[in-house]
Amino acid sequence: MSKIFNISRREFLKTGAIISGGLILGFSLPLSAESLAKKSAKIFAPNAFIRVGTDNIITIIVNKSEMGQGVYTSLPMLIAEELECDISKVKIQSAPVDPAYNHTEWGHVQGTGGSSSVRSTWVQFRKAGASARMMLIAAAANIWKVDPSECSAEKGFVIHNKTKKRRSFGSLAEKASHLKPPKDVSLKSPENFKIIGKPTKHLDAKEKVNGTAIFGIDVKVPGMLTTLIARPPVFGAKVKGFSDEKTLQVKGVTNVVQIPSGIAVVAKDFWSAYKGIEALDIKWDEGNNAGLSTDAMRSHYSSLAKTPGVVARKEGEAKQEFMKAAKQITAEYEVPYLAHAPMETLNCLVDLKDNRCDIWTGTQLQTIDRNSAAAILGLKQENVHLHTTFLGGGFGRRANPHSDFVSEAVHIAKALKKPVKVIWTREDDIKGGYYRPMWYDRISAGIDDKGTLTAWMHTIVGQSVIEGTPFEQAEKKNGVDETSVEGANDIPYNIPNILVDLHSPKVGVPVLWWRSVGHSHTAFVVESFIDEIAHAANKDPYEFRRMLLKNHPRHKAVLELAAEKAGWDKPVEKGKGRGISVHKSFGSFIAQAAEVSVEKSGEVRVHKVICSIDCGRVVNPSTVAAQMESGIVFGLSAALFGSITLKNGRVEQSNFHDYPMLSMKNMPKVEVHIVKSEATPEGVGEPGVPPIAPAVCNAIFALTGKRIRRLPIDKNELKRI
Amino acid sequence: MFTLFINGIRRKVDVSPDTPLLWVIRDHIGLTGTKYSCGIAVCGACTVLIDGKAERSCQTFIKDIKGKKITTIEGIPESHSVKKAWIIEDVPQCGYCQSGQILQAISFLNEKPNPSDRDIDEFMSGCICRCGTYQRIRSAIHLASKLTAQGRKK
Ligand code: FES
Ligand code: FES
Repeated sequence: MSKIFNISRREFLKTGAIISGGLILGFSLPLSAESLAKKSAKIFAPNAFIRVGTDNIITIIVNKSEMGQGVYTSLPMLIAEELECDISKVKIQSAPVDPAYNHTEWGHVQGTGGSSSVRSTWVQFRKAGASARMMLIAAAANIWKVDPSECSAEKGFVIHNKTKKRRSFGSLAEKASHLKPPKDVSLKSPENFKIIGKPTKHLDAKEKVNGTAIFGIDVKVPGMLTTLIARPPVFGAKVKGFSDEKTLQVKGVTNVVQIPSGIAVVAKDFWSAYKGIEALDIKWDEGNNAGLSTDAMRSHYSSLAKTPGVVARKEGEAKQEFMKAAKQITAEYEVPYLAHAPMETLNCLVDLKDNRCDIWTGTQLQTIDRNSAAAILGLKQENVHLHTTFLGGGFGRRANPHSDFVSEAVHIAKALKKPVKVIWTREDDIKGGYYRPMWYDRISAGIDDKGTLTAWMHTIVGQSVIEGTPFEQAEKKNGVDETSVEGANDIPYNIPNILVDLHSPKVGVPVLWWRSVGHSHTAFVVESFIDEIAHAANKDPYEFRRMLLKNHPRHKAVLELAAEKAGWDKPVEKGKGRGISVHKSFGSFIAQAAEVSVEKSGEVRVHKVICSIDCGRVVNPSTVAAQMESGIVFGLSAALFGSITLKNGRVEQSNFHDYPMLSMKNMPKVEVHIVKSEATPEGVGEPGVPPIAPAVCNAIFALTGKRIRRLPIDKNELKRI
Repeated sequence: MFTLFINGIRRKVDVSPDTPLLWVIRDHIGLTGTKYSCGIAVCGACTVLIDGKAERSCQTFIKDIKGKKITTIEGIPESHSVKKAWIIEDVPQCGYCQSGQILQAISFLNEKPNPSDRDIDEFMSGCICRCGTYQRIRSAIHLASKLTAQGRKK
C-alpha cells in the first residue's frame, strides 16, 4: 500500500480534483442527507469515505485514529467487502474534522475510543461501500445499455455477466459521479463475505517497518520551532514568578512564554529547548494540592469504603442475607493510579496564520480538540484544521476531553504567531496526571451451609473520570458514574441478593480513562473475590463460576473454552499454578487462564496465557489476536509493576526506570481462541486487559495459598526465605 | 561543526558537543524514523546502529561518534531479512517502537545468527513495546534468522 497521508477538508477537495482528474465519488448515507445538502455538494458529498480516481486508485477515508488497534485495516475491510475492490491496494487517508465523520454513537463528536470503532461503523462503512459499488455498476450499465442487474463487480472492475465485458472502476468514476446515490442499499449476506472474517495483514505495516510512518512528533512545517514546557511540580500549582535570563542565553532558544500550564521554552530544536528548561528559575505557588499523598488517600478511601455509597445496583436484600449467611467473607482490594505512557510522548504542532490554524497531532478526540483550539484563538471552528497523524499509542491518554496537549500548544502559537511544536518529555508524561484513578474496594459475600452464594455487597471508592467533561451527562445515571462501576454492577453470576455502591471522592489529581476504564479495576476485584469464595466453599474455581453462569451462555462458553484449552481437568506442571477468570467488557466476552510460577525472591513469572474471546462476528481475526496479546501485556505491566504514587503533592515516578513496562523477558506465551459467532461485532481494543490480573493472582493463590488483594503484586509478600 | 557518516552519506551539523545523536538525527539531519520515548536509555525507541552495533542514540553524544558509521532505519534496505520477517509476521501495532526493535534485532542477529528464545529474551528486553508485540517480534526474529540462512545457501 502506498503512503497513508492526511490533509484537511479543503486540501482534500483540491487534491482530489488534481489527482483524479476531477472525480470524487461522494456518498450520502441515510444519516446525513441534510448535511449533504448544506455542505459543498458540488464536488463531493459529506460522509465521503471513498474516493475512486480515474487512475484506478481507491482511497478510503478513515474517521478513526490508528493507534495500533488496527482500524486502518479493519474499517477499510468493511468498505472493500461491499465495494468489491482489492483491499491490499487501497490507500488510506485520515479524515479531516467534519460532522460527516462524527462517531455514530457519541452525538456531535468525532473520536475513537471505547473499543467501538468496528461496532459503530459496521453498517455505515459497508453501506458506503455498497452504495459506491451500485453507482459504479449503474454507470457501466448505462454505457453498455444493459440493466444493472445483469452486471456485477469484482476486484475493482464492473463485469457484464453474460458478455464478460469489463470496465475498471477508474474508467467509470466520471460517469458514476454524475449519478445519484441509491436510496436503498442492501448488504451482502455474511455467507458471501470474501474479506470480512479472513485474516488480513495490517495495511500500514510497511510504513511502520521502514520508518516512514508519520506520527505527530514527526511532522514538520517551514519555520517551525520546538517547545518544551516547565510544568508545575504539584497539580494545580501556579507560577509565582520566574527568571528566564539564563534560558535566553542558551543557544537556539528563541522565546520564553508563560501559558496556563507552565512556562514554555521555545527553541530551534529539541535539545536547545531542553537545555533552556534546565536553565529556568521558577517560583511556584503550590496551592491546595501540595499536601497530597497517596498513603493518606489510601486510609481515607479505606474508611469511606466502610460507609454506604450511592447505590449502583440493588437486587434483593443483600445486607440482611449477608448477616444470616452461614459463612461470611469480606475482603478489601486496591489498585493504584496508573499512567498510560504511550511510547510516543504527547505532542502537538500548531501553525497559526491570520485567519487559519492548522494543527497536526495524534488525537482520539478530534472535534473537542479542534473546538478548544478555536475557542482559545477566537477563530471560527471551520477555520481550524486538525490533521490526525498516526498515534504512537493512545490507550485513552490521547482522548482528553480537557484537550490539555492541544490547548497548551495553541496558547503558545497564539502568543508567538509562529508555527510551534510542543513535545512532552517522558518525565512530563509520567508526572503530568490524567491517570487511571486509584481505586479501593470493599467486598463481602455470604454463603449458605450448602456452599451457595446468597449475598454480594461491593463498595467502590475512586474518582470519577467523566466529572466535568462533556461525557458526564451520558455516562452518569442517578448520581453514579457508570464508568466507575462497569464490570461490578453487571456481574453475571447468579446471586439472589446484590448491592453495589459507589463513592466518588474529589481529589486534586487529574484522572482519565485508561485502556478498559472501570473494568481495569472491577475485573480484578470481582474475579479475584469469586475465586476466594469458591475456595471458601471448597469448590473448584472454574466449576464454581460455571455453575453460577447458567443464565449467561456467552460468558459460560468462553470460560469453558479457556478451561478446555488450558487443560483444566489435568494437573498443572509441578512448581506452577493455574488460575482462571472471565469478564465481559465493551460487548465482548473473554476468559483467560494463566500459568505462573513464583521465584524464591517472590518474583512472579507468567509462563502461559490462554485467552478465549467471543466478540461477535469477527472482521479481522489477525487484529483480534493481536489485540488480545496487546491487552494481556498492558494488563500484566499494571499487575506486575505499574504504580503512580504521590508524596507532598509530588508524583514519585518519572520515567520507565521507576514506572516499568513488561519486556520481552517477561512475555508469556499467549494463545488466542476465537469463538465463532454471528452476533454484532463488538470491541477488541480494551477487553483483553481486564481478565489478566485476576487470572494471574488466582494462579498465584493456587500455587502459594497467598491471596493478592493489592496491585501491583508485591514481591515481598511472596518471598520464601 | 561535526561531521557524521549516516546511512552512507557524509553530513555536517552545527550543534553543541553535548547534543544527543537522537536529536541530531531527528532535528538536524531530518530523519524521523528514529524515535524519542524516554531519553535515558531505558526503552530502546531511539536505537541506531553505530559501526553495526545497536546503540541508544538518546544517550550517545555527537562529540563521541567521530569517524563512526551510523545506520538508521531508513538505511536498512527493504529487502533485509529482518524487515521482511517483520512484515510477514505482521508485527507492528502503533508502530512507534518498531524502528528500534528492528535495529536491535539486526545487531543481535549479526552476533547470533541462530538465536534461542533465551537469547532473544536477553538481547531484546531493553526495547519496550507498550503495544505488546513481543510474541510477534520473537517469531519474526526466528523467521529472519531462517531467511538469512536460506539467503546464504543460495
Ligand atoms: S529514547 Fe533512547 S532509549 Fe528511550
Ligand atoms: S508497536 Fe506500539 S509501542 Fe510497539
